[in-house]
Amino acid sequence: MIKGNFIDNLPKVYGIYTGGFLAFIIIMAIAEQMGMSAKAIGICFVAFTVAIYAIIGYLSRTAQADAYYVAGRQVPTVFNGMATAADWMSGASFVAMAGGIYFKGYGYMALLVGWTGGYVLVASLLAPYLRKFGCYTVPDFIGTRYGGNLSRLMAVIVLTVASFTYVTAQINATGTIASVALDIPFQYAVYVGLISILLCSMLGGMRGVTWTQVAQYIVLIIAYLLPVFWISNKIGAGFFPHFMLADEVSRIAELEAQFGFVKNSAENLKEVPKGLAGITKAHSAVNATPWAFISLALAMMMGTASLPHVMMRYFTTPSVKAARKSVGWSLFFIFLLYSSAPMLATLSKLSLMDPTLSTGIIGKSVAEVQAIDWYQNWNQANLMFISDFNGNGTVELNEFFMGGKAVVLATPEIAGLPYVISGLVAAGGMAAAMSTADGLILAIANALSHDLYYKIIDPKAETAKRLVVARVLLVVIGFAGATIAAMEIQGILGSVIWAFDFAMSGLFFPLVLGVWWKRANKEGAIAGMALGLISGAGYLIWVRSGGSGFLGITQLTFGIFGSAVSLVAMVVVSLITAEPNAATQKMVDEVRVPSGKSILGKQH
Amino acid sequence: MSKQAQHWEKTRGLLMVTLAIWFVFSIGIFLFGAEMNEVTGPFGYPLTYWFTCQGSLGIFVILIFWFANRQEKIDEEFGFSERGDD
Repeated sequence: MIKGNFIDNLPKVYGIYTGGFLAFIIIMAIAEQMGMSAKAIGICFVAFTVAIYAIIGYLSRTAQADAYYVAGRQVPTVFNGMATAADWMSGASFVAMAGGIYFKGYGYMALLVGWTGGYVLVASLLAPYLRKFGCYTVPDFIGTRYGGNLSRLMAVIVLTVASFTYVTAQINATGTIASVALDIPFQYAVYVGLISILLCSMLGGMRGVTWTQVAQYIVLIIAYLLPVFWISNKIGAGFFPHFMLADEVSRIAELEAQFGFVKNSAENLKEVPKGLAGITKAHSAVNATPWAFISLALAMMMGTASLPHVMMRYFTTPSVKAARKSVGWSLFFIFLLYSSAPMLATLSKLSLMDPTLSTGIIGKSVAEVQAIDWYQNWNQANLMFISDFNGNGTVELNEFFMGGKAVVLATPEIAGLPYVISGLVAAGGMAAAMSTADGLILAIANALSHDLYYKIIDPKAETAKRLVVARVLLVVIGFAGATIAAMEIQGILGSVIWAFDFAMSGLFFPLVLGVWWKRANKEGAIAGMALGLISGAGYLIWVRSGGSGFLGITQLTFGIFGSAVSLVAMVVVSLITAEPNAATQKMVDEVRVPSGKSILGKQH
Repeated sequence: MSKQAQHWEKTRGLLMVTLAIWFVFSIGIFLFGAEMNEVTGPFGYPLTYWFTCQGSLGIFVILIFWFANRQEKIDEEFGFSERGDD
């Protein structure tokens, strides 16, 4: 069926794969009609998709350094775009984003703007130049551009801090989904998730991760879009929700005005289980100050352009030109999901709020709502709660509480979709969390094995030995991440945002100025990375321990302070020390034109 | 001026234009979020709301492809484009 080169056959291979996955969904739907249990369907979805990823991971095994680190630099633009989109959209984007929009409205939507706008910076400031450089990892660029082991080491430290903060959240998310779908305790589910993640990346490195991420993107986008379109059609909101929900959005605003936002007393709120929230903010009105919105968006944009697991995806394209186009495709594939999240939030909120819809619960009697099947299920799962605070026997807007995850996980059931959709959503969430975790673990392990071990500790190491070290590190970092995830210290979304702030504090200006400012030198870069990371982390600790902060910079946007310090430190220190030598300046000139040889050789 | 310096000057010019457009739709318009939301935007959504869930996001996608094409033209003009296709 498939002849010739794998790369030439990609559209066919993934076409067959997509068809196979759709057929699998239909088979499951038929099985459900014939009486297959909900639990069995959930297990089938997760087990089937993870098995496919593992097979792809095995088929992509390699013993070559450039295949392991940069997938042989032959990933076509569109496919690299899909892989980046999967790499990018984490468990948080998939499971928590619609919920965040549902509860917080406009103030939260700064994340949508930030997590997409950052790609403009990636495309115009960095990706094509780093591709021309020919590096394997981000610290590889810093170490070669600025020279010296200390600058390389600093970059490795910033990368590790940012990526490790992020990866524990992702392993946590795979654990949550695996524990729900497979019905096992969270502490074990975390390790089941981890093993699935390692199956994709261990044998093939970047090559394995690339081809599994493409497969994971296909699963997650089907799992996200299918329910949105289905629900929209089912409740008669329009066959193409993105263009047709204006009436629903204004209806929600009308209902908000009718019900009013009643503030609950602290005493009443004590009854509500931890992690659940009520609707307290307007859905489509502007509910945040301009600076609160802009500072969060700006922090996420600069963080996007500094996160190494995204940047290294553009090292895998065949050319500089392809790297630029590939950023566009990445954002297009991300756009498909991000523009659907607010629509899902709208549909979910309206179906619960509107008393004229059969699914609406506000205004119904408490006893009636408590008798609904889905309410009982999700109440048991600790994701829904109602309480009759004012004792009038009916559910008011301020008396209904829900967990953020429930918007994605429970809406299909509330709208009366068959269980097969819930199984599909679980598989999608698993794909989203796994693909991001894989990218992150690989970014850390590659930086440690290539930059720390090979470039600093043992430059004479053989390729075979380097790749053994890389794989051992991959497993060690994975287990360290899983162990911390099993302790359940932080929430998923908070730690994701911190990762962006850490990355921008330490890496944004050293990367950008490395290309755009010839005068930037080693001393400046080291000062920028060290002081940026330290001041950012210091600000976070200060605010967390009760500090008041300044200029409206919160614990979610501390990177703005960190990167400002980094910029000043880098410019001042660069200017008071000697300018870079002629060889370095020539290297920067060469990076700025796409033609000619890359700075670092094919095998290095 | 050398060919390389001219190429870099044009590249920098394109960067400035790209970043200016980026700034308007990621930061600029949100300075007036509250006022703009009174206006009805595309498909009948309130305007600021539409920008946060579709408008800005879509403009970024188009902007990147436009930027990539312009940069390719600049590279070709000075003979710095890569050989071979992608």
